[in-house]
Amino acid sequence: MTTNESKLDSIIDEYNAEPGSLISILQDIQAEYNYLPEESLEHVAKRLDIPRVQVFGVATFFKTFSLKPKGKQQIHVCMGTACHVRGSKKVLEELERKLEIKAGDTTQDGEYTLETVNCVGACALGPVVVENEEYHGQMTPIKVESLLNSK
Amino acid sequence: MKVISVNKLEALRTEILAGKDLDKPCIAVCGGPGCLANQCLEVRDAFVNEIAAKGLTDKVDIRTTGCHGFCERGPIALIYPQEIFYQKLTVEDVPEIVEQTIVNNKTVDRLLYTDDEAGQLVETEGEVPFYKKQMRLILGSNSKIDPHNIEDYIAIGGYSALVKVLGGMQPLEVVDEIKNSGIRGRGGGGFPTGRKWESTRNAQGDIKYVICNADEGDPGAFMDRSILEGNPHSVLEGMIIGAYAIGSNEGYVYVRNEYPLALKNINLAIKQAREAGLLGDNILGSGLNFDLKVNRGGGAFVCGESTALMASLEGKPGEPRAKYIHTSDKGLWDRPSNLNNVETWANIPLIINNGADWYSAIGTESSKGTKVFSLVGKINNTGLVEVPMGMTLREIIFDIGGGIPGGKAFKAVQTGGPSGGCIPESLIDLPVDYDRLTEVGSMMGSGGMIVMDEDTCMVDVALYFINFLMEESCGKCVPCREGLLRMGEILTDITEGRGQMEDLDLIQDLSEVLKDASLCGLGQTAPNPVMSTLKYFRDEYEAHIKDHKCPAGVCTELITYSIDAGNCTGCGLCLKKCPAEAITGETKQPHVLDAGKCIKCGICYDVCKFDAVIKE
Repeated sequence: MTTNESKLDSIIDEYNAEPGSLISILQDIQAEYNYLPEESLEHVAKRLDIPRVQVFGVATFFKTFSLKPKGKQQIHVCMGTACHVRGSKKVLEELERKLEIKAGDTTQDGEYTLETVNCVGACALGPVVVENEEYHGQMTPIKVESLLNSK
Repeated sequence: MKVISVNKLEALRTEILAGKDLDKPCIAVCGGPGCLANQCLEVRDAFVNEIAAKGLTDKVDIRTTGCHGFCERGPIALIYPQEIFYQKLTVEDVPEIVEQTIVNNKTVDRLLYTDDEAGQLVETEGEVPFYKKQMRLILGSNSKIDPHNIEDYIAIGGYSALVKVLGGMQPLEVVDEIKNSGIRGRGGGGFPTGRKWESTRNAQGDIKYVICNADEGDPGAFMDRSILEGNPHSVLEGMIIGAYAIGSNEGYVYVRNEYPLALKNINLAIKQAREAGLLGDNILGSGLNFDLKVNRGGGAFVCGESTALMASLEGKPGEPRAKYIHTSDKGLWDRPSNLNNVETWANIPLIINNGADWYSAIGTESSKGTKVFSLVGKINNTGLVEVPMGMTLREIIFDIGGGIPGGKAFKAVQTGGPSGGCIPESLIDLPVDYDRLTEVGSMMGSGGMIVMDEDTCMVDVALYFINFLMEESCGKCVPCREGLLRMGEILTDITEGRGQMEDLDLIQDLSEVLKDASLCGLGQTAPNPVMSTLKYFRDEYEAHIKDHKCPAGVCTELITYSIDAGNCTGCGLCLKKCPAEAITGETKQPHVLDAGKCIKCGICYDVCKFDAVIKE
């Protein structure tokens, strides 16, 4: 995907090109493109008049950002403590087996991205899997198949 | 409409209250994270449609509120004015509630809560054992207001603390009131809030900042999310009061990006507060100028640390700095900055309204007020609970939480998030306050309370937290970056059967180094989960090392699965579900599990209805 400079500029201008708003700007760019294309980082550095290393530093420091394109369907497995003690690791392992990818990766056809998240704050329902912003509570490895087939 | 003076705000409140019919039925549907995940919005829509279909739209209010706390029973609805508590609702239940309760003023018994101990149905929220022992000073407002409506907040007394402050208190008096209340920070460290305010107030500088830490990063804690979603104006009111006391004109709310509804609600609340003249220039005609900006967090646990959060606000990676210069002197952009977390800010209006003496009468000698805990894990009544400081773990876990599901034995409770520790059953009567938790090797943290039963492996829990912290360590200082990595390796060895007894001494040494030499709180407290489990559950570590056994049956390298031919009916379910094709057998004949092919996913164990799969 190639980025559109005027789109980037409109995002940057919303924050008056303030260096302090770097994280917000990158979040909006990621929301637009589903990831952070490399050329967008170069453009942001230029417009905010800050070193590229600062932009890349922020883009790689925070977990929210991805430098790789993500799949159409995003599956987040909550690895919070409440989910962990109720067996989230087994749910993740089953998803990895079924999708034939490891957490953090995207399937070859670009359909699924599987990721872990530290806590989604729905601890009462653990283990939780969030599929495209839809929460699935009390997940078990057995329920993984029907979750994937429901799409 | 802009409110131009404190008197006008009181007049507005009178006007709002005069327009409210307290006997008018209201259906308050919980829209907290747990209920949302259980499709409560569909239930809410069904109420709207049903009320409209019956021509009752003008006669009944329907409110979507923040979290009511009892997530286990969601979706939940409260019917006012009686406060009838309905639970586990589905769209199909809605016509019956409207017909029976709204029209005929009767309860729908099958949707009420059953108090098993008393053996009877309970009608109102206050009678439900989960709520009975709580003291819901902060969370109690959630069901009474629509978080999108500033008038609802004003109607329940909102912004009256601000009126009191701007109408006749000097900034120093406000600082003293907060100091005298004894409130300590709810975010983790438990530093006295009043002293923090005082230092920032006394610091040199024309520009000072007040900041709200809403980057709730502790896994297993979601109280700040629920306050911000359910009652955002209470946080704003606290911050405006803080700005007045400290002498600040600019503030920030740093919200976790994973909480979209909290972001939406705080942004809306700020907009409404600006329109009402509660933020901006010359607030309520007092001469106070103060405004707020919302920043979204980038998903880094370390940003809960104040200097890391401030670096992130400046658009830099969230790396902490050494704190010999306090943030109250040099914080955000090197200017005096006062950072408190969401729950702390939400407590401020309560203290101002009721006075420091009232507040300090709640709680223990060293810990005042109430604390919100997220009671989760292996517990019957999961949810958010708010209790006075000093309540014992037993009361919280058994009386409010309803004990452990499935007749299992309680093993431990983990408090304080990754910086905290695991507290064993022998300390179940410990009163919960900042200092008592620290004494036993844990800490208050932001209030996560994760209950563990006999099926939880404590070595695995320790490894879980170390892995978590290893990923979240910013990498700036060596003890934390390298120490956690090595500790993770040692613990992995133990859980996979390669551990040596000497490893336990090595962990002890590493823990001391992390504690003494790490730059920030993340590294300094990182050994707590390991040290506390080693102290209270050493036998489990030894079983892993000496016997190569995981007593709780969690660590996959140390367990084996097999099929008991006596119990196996040959139903074939495990064979069908096994992802590794490790199970063979003819229909109606006992099946056999090939341990060489088994990947120990546990699916056969979970699906077997005849207890024929053995885990040992």
